[in-house]
Amino acid sequence: MIPTPDLSHLTADDYDCVYEPAEDTFLLLDALEADEQELKQLRPRITLEIGSGSGCVSAFIAKILGPSVLYLCTDINPHACRCTLSTGVQNKVALDPINVTFAAPLSLRLKRSVDVILFNPPYVPTIPDEASGAQDARGIAGAWAGGVDGMNVTDVFLERVEDLMSDRGRFYLVAIAENDVPGIQERMLRLHGLQSDIILSRRAGREHLFVLRFVRDLSRVCS
Amino acid sequence: MVRLITHNLLACHVKGCNTNNFPLEFRDVQIELREAEFNPEFLKGFMPKIEWKALVDAARQLGDTSLPLEQPEMLDDDFLKNLHHVLLEIHVEEGIMTCPNCKHDYPVLNGIPNMLLAEHEIG
Repeated sequence: MIPTPDLSHLTADDYDCVYEPAEDTFLLLDALEADEQELKQLRPRITLEIGSGSGCVSAFIAKILGPSVLYLCTDINPHACRCTLSTGVQNKVALDPINVTFAAPLSLRLKRSVDVILFNPPYVPTIPDEASGAQDARGIAGAWAGGVDGMNVTDVFLERVEDLMSDRGRFYLVAIAENDVPGIQERMLRLHGLQSDIILSRRAGREHLFVLRFVRDLSRVCS
Repeated sequence: MVRLITHNLLACHVKGCNTNNFPLEFRDVQIELREAEFNPEFLKGFMPKIEWKALVDAARQLGDTSLPLEQPEMLDDDFLKNLHHVLLEIHVEEGIMTCPNCKHDYPVLNGIPNMLLAEHEIG
């Protein structure tokens, strides 16, 4: 049993600006814990979390994988980057936050190099303007507002993720039923050659949450 | 904490800035040295990912000349300890990273690189 990272250093003021870990976060932690042995066997060199927020998820995977890994974290919200950094310190793991959208400045150097990618995106369906406005504001609403089908932000990253994944790399994504999970899976296979499984799902209040795990479609890698 | 391991992976991403956009050049930096646990396995595993010249140049910009200009073939303990220090123990807390091509400035604030761009700069 891997303990949930210690977040006692974060305050109510932090959670005014940064998403507080909730059911979706814990579902992703549970999915990573279930994959603990596989993740260790992968012997990753680099992990990358998009939208690291409080830093809870990256601190957790750092507890699984130990110090022989570079834990890169990006967030569009500068306050979230500060929380990610301090959560690393609090949990005695080295997290390296970068204040940016997705992974744009890393894509040149990390082409097909990242072994584990984690993304718990803003997946909540909202009116379209609310989603784009929330990203531009770089505040807490950007952590959940996702546009008409909740996929405004996720879709942008889904276009780019394959280019970052190493040959044995895996990508963990949180989604809800309204995002059309089978549709995501079909598109990622057809457009990007990424095979996926739903590795965990749970109902939390009105939300039906899923964790998807993508890997390269081996039949295509070998061809 | 902008460590040189992270700096070695960051390129300018301004729209249309596609050549000579790596590595970013440091200036006006404040650095802190923080001890980290020596982990030779991590260093050896990470060596293939490092752009060597970029790392040596960045270290020299920060006043550290312990690394050889050419990446050595023999990875002895002395070398690995120097590499460990340069990659993982030098933290840039404040400063500016400038693109060698388009001269865009990326500030480092409280140890966090701000790589955000304005709407019209995004590719």
